[in-house]
Amino acid sequence: MRLKGRDIISLEDLSNEEISFIFNTADKFEPIARGKKKSSALAGKVMAALFFEPSTRTRLSFESAMQRLGGSVIGFAEPTTSSIAKGETLADTVKTVEKYSDVIVIRHPKMGAARLAAEVAEIPVINAGDGAGHHPTQTMLDLYTIRKTMGKFENLNIGLIGDLKYGRTVHSLAYAASRFNNKLFLISPPGLEMPREIVGDLSAQGKEISETFDLSKVIPKLDILYVTRIQKERFSDPAEYAKVKNTYKIELKTLETAKPTLCVLHPLPRVDEISSELDSSPYAKYFDQVFYGVVIRATILSLLLG
Amino acid sequence: MGDVEKELRVSKIKTGTVIDHITSGKALAVLRILNITGQTGAIISILMNVPSKMHGKKDVIKVENRKLTKEEVNKIALAAPDATINIIKNFKVTEKKSVELPEFIEGIIKCSNPGCITNTSEPAIPRFRIVSKTPVNLRCVYCERITGEKELLAQF
Repeated sequence: MRLKGRDIISLEDLSNEEISFIFNTADKFEPIARGKKKSSALAGKVMAALFFEPSTRTRLSFESAMQRLGGSVIGFAEPTTSSIAKGETLADTVKTVEKYSDVIVIRHPKMGAARLAAEVAEIPVINAGDGAGHHPTQTMLDLYTIRKTMGKFENLNIGLIGDLKYGRTVHSLAYAASRFNNKLFLISPPGLEMPREIVGDLSAQGKEISETFDLSKVIPKLDILYVTRIQKERFSDPAEYAKVKNTYKIELKTLETAKPTLCVLHPLPRVDEISSELDSSPYAKYFDQVFYGVVIRATILSLLLG
Repeated sequence: MGDVEKELRVSKIKTGTVIDHITSGKALAVLRILNITGQTGAIISILMNVPSKMHGKKDVIKVENRKLTKEEVNKIALAAPDATINIIKNFKVTEKKSVELPEFIEGIIKCSNPGCITNTSEPAIPRFRIVSKTPVNLRCVYCERITGEKELLAQF
């Protein structure tokens, strides 16, 4: 199976077999991502990181991945330092940057921006988040973390909790996890439920979905609990926000009835939706998840550049 | 031509295309879709809100000396899904066809998502795949959001 020269814009562009192939390949990149094994697989190759929106984890993990593979990185971390500030179009920026690099990683506030970049560029483009659209390497690293922790990423009970309405990560994960026959448990405060079109889409495909406002009802069933932040600005009433924030905070006592093998994930940054007392518990896998981000990105860069 | 003949308000055309059964009030939208501006000198007759047995009211467009291609015809379905096309030669209907929405639409309508890259100054021509034909639902190739019939008609 070859992914050389491909663009990674949405997970929908990849078949289940291709996703499994990426995961199987990823295992051998782990020591490289950890810095325990040297690699010059991408020596002489240049990755352009075009970040039209700020990002810490995604940008740094792509940069780390490229450098661990012996490649180098150019780019910008915010548009104010680029020619965009002078009014250049994204299309022109991409056409220019591709003359300097072998692969483009792009984050942009507009949905579909990465798709446009991929149409314009002849070199591979990786979408690192396009507004409320896709962030395929995040979804892949989420699934990969599940696979590494549970030994598989199919036929599991996966709980998604928090802001399911606006969270791009949980939308993509819901679609992706469903492709591998996982059962979804959607846990959110009223008003922040998973959009009806997504639930409708998945139900129409015959996927198993259960929705609740109450985590305690479903916690014993879960293999995975994927936590996302509930943002204060989503609420017009501060009192309502304070109530919801406490109800959906994950503490050790929240997990008293959980399976001992429960794996708690979070795309980070976290504010206070997961208590720090969880960090040293066997449930906490969110910092492993950060590391697997480097593994997955190194694997993808390596496969795209051949 | 049935209805058209009975309700004829302009004379028959010798050669060209008659677009009949256009959804009432959508004739101008159809002209826009066909990029008919009236600037080429060709004779164009437009009837709006004329009585129709099938739909109560309808619009009709007659374009002289022009045979519409299948691709052009199908785009009309976006604004007028019930339209029929009559190709006229020597005052006779030589061909009659209904419109059928193509699988792919490019450059006629805008994406309804204000956050889509096509609604910026970028050189991205809006493109859509047809998700469903009745009601019309189009999925933007760029942002993947659905533009529904209501949002679609508001553009014409």
